[in-house]
Amino acid sequence: MLYKFDFSFLLERWPDFLNGAWLTIQLTVLSISLGFVVGTLCAVARVYGGRPLRLLIGFYVELIRNTPLLVQIFIVYFGLSSLGLKLSAETSAVIALVVNMGAYTTEIMRAGIQSIHHTQLEAADCLGLTRVQTILHVVLLPAIERVYPALSSQFVLLMLASSITSQISAEELTAVANNVQSDTYRSFEVYIIVAAIYLALSLLYRLAFKAIGLIIFARRRRLGTAL
Amino acid sequence: MQAAPATSATVVQVTGVVKEFGTLRVLDGVSLDVARGQTVAIVGRSGSGKSTLLRCIAGLETVQAGKIEVCGHEVGRPGKVARAQLRHDVGMVFQGYNLFPHLTVERNITLALTLVKKQPWDAARKKAAEVLRLVGLTDKVSSYPEQLSGGQQQRVAIARSLALSPEVMLFDEVTSALDPELTQEVLAVMEDLATRGMTMITVTHEMGFARKVANQVVFMHRGKIWESGPTSELFARPQTAEFRQFISSEL
Amino acid sequence: MIQLSANHVWYLIMAAQWTVLLSLIAFAGGALIGLPIALMRVSPNNALRIIASGYIQLIQGTPLLILLFLTYFGLGILGYKLAPLVAAGLALTLYAAAFLGEIWRGCIEAVPRTQWEASDCLGLDRFQQYAYVILPQAFKMAIPPTVGFMVQIVKNTSLASVVGFVELARAGQIVNNSTFEPFIIFCIVAAIYFAMCYPLSLASRFLERRANAGRASH
Repeated sequence: MLYKFDFSFLLERWPDFLNGAWLTIQLTVLSISLGFVVGTLCAVARVYGGRPLRLLIGFYVELIRNTPLLVQIFIVYFGLSSLGLKLSAETSAVIALVVNMGAYTTEIMRAGIQSIHHTQLEAADCLGLTRVQTILHVVLLPAIERVYPALSSQFVLLMLASSITSQISAEELTAVANNVQSDTYRSFEVYIIVAAIYLALSLLYRLAFKAIGLIIFARRRRLGTAL
Repeated sequence: MQAAPATSATVVQVTGVVKEFGTLRVLDGVSLDVARGQTVAIVGRSGSGKSTLLRCIAGLETVQAGKIEVCGHEVGRPGKVARAQLRHDVGMVFQGYNLFPHLTVERNITLALTLVKKQPWDAARKKAAEVLRLVGLTDKVSSYPEQLSGGQQQRVAIARSLALSPEVMLFDEVTSALDPELTQEVLAVMEDLATRGMTMITVTHEMGFARKVANQVVFMHRGKIWESGPTSELFARPQTAEFRQFISSEL
Repeated sequence: MIQLSANHVWYLIMAAQWTVLLSLIAFAGGALIGLPIALMRVSPNNALRIIASGYIQLIQGTPLLILLFLTYFGLGILGYKLAPLVAAGLALTLYAAAFLGEIWRGCIEAVPRTQWEASDCLGLDRFQQYAYVILPQAFKMAIPPTVGFMVQIVKNTSLASVVGFVELARAGQIVNNSTFEPFIIFCIVAAIYFAMCYPLSLASRFLERRANAGRASH
């Protein structure tokens, strides 16, 4: 019972895969950026904010981290639509991914921010820097540098998790795979191709984050040492 | 060489200060006056409260009773601190230098100048070069803190505070974390500052430095000022057993 | 359109049993394969290390959803038609094996070098070293992150709905198709997942704290 692998569909359909990959990239780059901002703001609030704010954010983080992304996407797309807020699949996908990313980033950035020794804050205080200035210039960059590997991993995980948005018909790579396989019936081959593309994207993202790290962490670039 | 003689203006006035951490009373009714241009050395054993006193003057701790005035502004009460104004008047140097590791030496110094004093870049960089010259580290302007020795880092920390042109400089055991051979370069800088007329309060274990440079020495014991007075007199005629014990143990 | 009722909610809770079942299958299978993978990863044999490393990188670089589709259609090729539970179980097992392998490798490598040296000096061979000295210590260290990963497994069972397996997420879709109250239904579904996952998250953090406290007192 030898299965005959047939990849001929690629000759026609490769633009579809490229488009799907491109949309995945657009979707995830946007979600990663926004999610990172949301997560960092929440982490700052969690560390420096008042008790009610800290509890609220803690609640948000636990809620997202203990429920599946699929269900979160359904709530945003189907749930909000039934309440009257009709959003496109892509918009819902971004919202759900940003909310999801935000929760995980909050925890990672919180660890980073708390790793900054309080004597650094004292020194900044004695120099006359305001709280906000201290956070922006003294805390944030070293905190990000400390947790950068964890952040990069989380970003790649988000890119892979974006495949779930195919379930609400966002036209990204997995959705393309579903379409092509239902047309050509070469299901196994289609998903192997798509798996390979995701692997390539994972590698691409990892390299991109490494490059970004070299650019923004000037000290590391010059000296090559960890903080 | 002794510091420049004091003028009439009182820069720091501490009156009856009480500081508690929970149930532990660390400062028990401390009063101290520091006049402009004076160098005051605060000495004592660990736990005597000397660092806490300095931190209260710097506005890093609040006090439960008493009053601290720096350049006419009240310090140390929650909410009453006019923080920005205080920071212009008081420069603080820590035992652990506390340089910002992700910034170059120059940026460490120009950070507060640009953000707090709102100076333009050129003026800030000029000032940074000026204070680095004062502490003898002109060639380290583009280095990162981790590339410098402990003594060099501490000198940069002093330069960083000096750049803001404070009225009074506070030094909290700034040589205690340094290897002995690196201590001298830092003390030399402090001595130089004193001769230029900077008002200084320094918590120190370096008795030689205190005898040589300070106008006034304050000996603290168990949260109180046990003895205080002009340097030469204090060391020549110790009044209390505790101070005598302290001097002999430090030699 | 039918009104959402307590019966529907009960149906959802019953469907959660399948979530639990699938999670246990995934964990058991993942552990069974994951331990050899972890051992291969730290083996002095180059070939074994590369194979294990390649496997982990492959699985960790592919979305779980794609893995699910591959096993589902792959099984179809092999002659098994429409076996959602088998496909989902297999996919989640392969997925869990890779991640557990990585976690456990970390724990094995975290056992201090001195333990290897001491047991070597006592004359134990490699197998005995692993069985009596290294693995017991690695096991203790592995409990908090492994419990934490259980949370990921439970959440990821929701993807089995895509290949037709009726677990909690699918049950939610089914109920929604007859009552059309997606917001309430999926919030209830989320709440049930939360009820399953949050205790595991808390347990993992508690175990982590206790492990650190123990280490600190040494």
